[in-house]
Amino acid sequence: MQRIGVFICWCGSNIAATVDVVKVAEVMKNEPGVVFSANYQYMCSENGQQLIKQAIKEHNLTGIVVGSCSPRMHEATFRKTAEAAGLNPYMVEIANIREHCSWIHKDMDEATEKAIILVRTAIAKVKLNAPLTAGESPVVKRALVIGGGIAGIQAALDIADAGFEVDIVEKNATIGGRMAQLDKTFPTLDCSACILTPKMVDCAQHEKIDILSYSEVEDVKGFVGNFNVKIRRKARYVDETKCTGCKVCMDKCPSKKGLNAFNMNLNTRPAIHIPFAQAIPNVAVIDPEQCIKLKTGKCGICQKFCGVGAIDYEQKDTFIERQYGAIVVATGFKPIALDAFNEYGYADNKDVITSLELERLMNAAGPTNGVLLRPSDGTHPKVITFIQCVGSRDSSGCGKPYCSKICCMYTAKHAMLLREKYPDTEVHVFYIDVRTPGKNYDEFYRRAVEQYGVDYIKGMVGKVYNENGKLMVQGSNLIDNEQITIESDLVVLATAIEPEPSVRKVATLLTASIDTNNFLTESHAKLRPVESPTAGVYLAGVCQGPKDIPETVSQASACAAKVIGLLVKDKLKTNPCVAIPDEMMCNGCSQCANVCAYGAITYVDKEFRLGGGKTEVRRVASVNPAVCQGCGACTVTCPSGAMDLKGFSSKQIMSEVEAICKK
Amino acid sequence: MTKEERIENIKKLSGTDVRKCMKCGKCSGRCPAFKDMDIKPHQFVTMLGKGKLDELLACKAIWNCLSCMACVERCPRGVAPAAVVEAVRDTVVRMQGNNGIKAEEIPPIVDELIPQQLLVSAYRKYNK
Repeated sequence: MQRIGVFICWCGSNIAATVDVVKVAEVMKNEPGVVFSANYQYMCSENGQQLIKQAIKEHNLTGIVVGSCSPRMHEATFRKTAEAAGLNPYMVEIANIREHCSWIHKDMDEATEKAIILVRTAIAKVKLNAPLTAGESPVVKRALVIGGGIAGIQAALDIADAGFEVDIVEKNATIGGRMAQLDKTFPTLDCSACILTPKMVDCAQHEKIDILSYSEVEDVKGFVGNFNVKIRRKARYVDETKCTGCKVCMDKCPSKKGLNAFNMNLNTRPAIHIPFAQAIPNVAVIDPEQCIKLKTGKCGICQKFCGVGAIDYEQKDTFIERQYGAIVVATGFKPIALDAFNEYGYADNKDVITSLELERLMNAAGPTNGVLLRPSDGTHPKVITFIQCVGSRDSSGCGKPYCSKICCMYTAKHAMLLREKYPDTEVHVFYIDVRTPGKNYDEFYRRAVEQYGVDYIKGMVGKVYNENGKLMVQGSNLIDNEQITIESDLVVLATAIEPEPSVRKVATLLTASIDTNNFLTESHAKLRPVESPTAGVYLAGVCQGPKDIPETVSQASACAAKVIGLLVKDKLKTNPCVAIPDEMMCNGCSQCANVCAYGAITYVDKEFRLGGGKTEVRRVASVNPAVCQGCGACTVTCPSGAMDLKGFSSKQIMSEVEAICKK
Repeated sequence: MTKEERIENIKKLSGTDVRKCMKCGKCSGRCPAFKDMDIKPHQFVTMLGKGKLDELLACKAIWNCLSCMACVERCPRGVAPAAVVEAVRDTVVRMQGNNGIKAEEIPPIVDELIPQQLLVSAYRKYNK
């Protein structure tokens, strides 16, 4: 006979203001099997836990029910409490009378009635609980970082510095990401390359870091501590171990008309190229769509001139498989396409550019060697107009409903740098709101206005049109309640940012959840901001939400701390609530194996005794408890009811349903 | 109808949620009839939100709005200033008791691409 204890928490006024906690505790005293029932202001507090421990010992409780907040909050807390008092931690059930009850009801009588039902349900379940023991699984002491931008670089360096092996998988030919494309960084105006490239070099030279550039994650199996990842190493047609980065091939290549993606397609590059001077690895790559040899079989000039014989036109994609304990996703962002915003004339006018294009036009290593020249005619623009929130904060369906967060600051930076470098230019900024929370951020923006005389106009632009070679920017000046038209030479669009589209594939492979805007979801917005709900997967940088470099670096280091905390462990406790098949009932249909998202179910041939000395070999399901995540998909799929879930058995669920339905 | 009821009715007729407006001014930045509007497109939304009924009913802008729908097309928040203009215009006409559109006056062939509201508002204006 079970001896159940019930503990009703007030959660201050969170529960007690809507649920009559005293009454709930009183009613439970009369429930069959309940030998102790109490209420307390904060059950999770030291005193509350003491109350539980004492009751377990004094009343020889065999199971407890805590009526409190969501099990996501304090199930672990109360399991530890029970364990400390000598009770198996899986003999604890939580009745969620806060999120599922007090927070969503206003009427006290109704809420109290519902709380009673919820607690009763938990009692019905706990009576059928059996003590469970967590197993153990080993931890592979190696981390995978997906994405080699500043987020991935920082996370990799921090993990490697703690002594663990790290692989960076980068889909492009070099690490560096978006930050490598930037000219200066706010609010201190350091040169982006000057602060980024030393970190890139650190990665390359770190004995614990392996950079897998021009590679993509192809498949992920396994679970926290034991991921098995298949990585595609794309053919770059250049032997990475031989190429010295001398760039002779780039000079000799006759096919020089490829769009230079690193320069936002503002100029061209040869078919064989190194993306930029400080690329890591400093190894050439051939664009197969552009290479004459690969397309027609005739040419081979780069091979002829390569002094070390690094060119290999026969190279094919190869695959490697590696094991990891933890995975950091740092896939970054891209500016959105502007197809839905023809009012700004981006497609029709060369001199309407995005902010990232302006970064390249202002960069000493960019297409104009850092001299600001109009893309259309190569002249110096005299009047430059910036438009903010292009595609951001747009719930009409054309753009993104969120604030891209970085645009206010980089636009202030651009405006300031332009006025500094070319004092004869006139700079206007159309804005809806200027958002500058951050250390020294508002001061920075005000400097653009007060010291550099940048003209900030409160209002949005309605249209940009070309009139006699001039860009006419027509917009609102809401402060003066007028409509103005600014005759401009260059228009810069602060384009919204979105997660790099490849994140969808990565998220699917990792079974990491993603929101409607393709941002990866964190486990808890405030308390677990760098962890994905999928155990062992961590999030760094813009793939989780818009953020600037300081925030990205902080988040990447936080990720690293979490990864290190995982990798220092030799073994992980596994969830004992796993699926278990009843072999006598299993008909070998394989449906459970088909629905299992974790590959935890295999089929084995097993010999069964039939009586009378006869045996029979049947094909039955077998669950690997280290891989099973206890999701329960197999239990509901099994047509013969052979599959059950420990801790959530069909019997337990049915008794809960009965308890709810009983009047 | 009380003043409050009339304001609610304008909101209902326009089918637009004035609270969605983030006051960016893109509508007024685009409006081709801006200089002829004594109340600007963005103000129609904010003034309706603040319940400034008398000013709205007395304005000239409702007769100068071209119903070109550019403000609706460009609004990043799915607000429709032209629909508010039309709702105010409709209210003025109804209050005059001169709801003058007759079915037979509608030309038998109309271009399907023209927004319905444009036709309706045009009839409303020229039947004044």
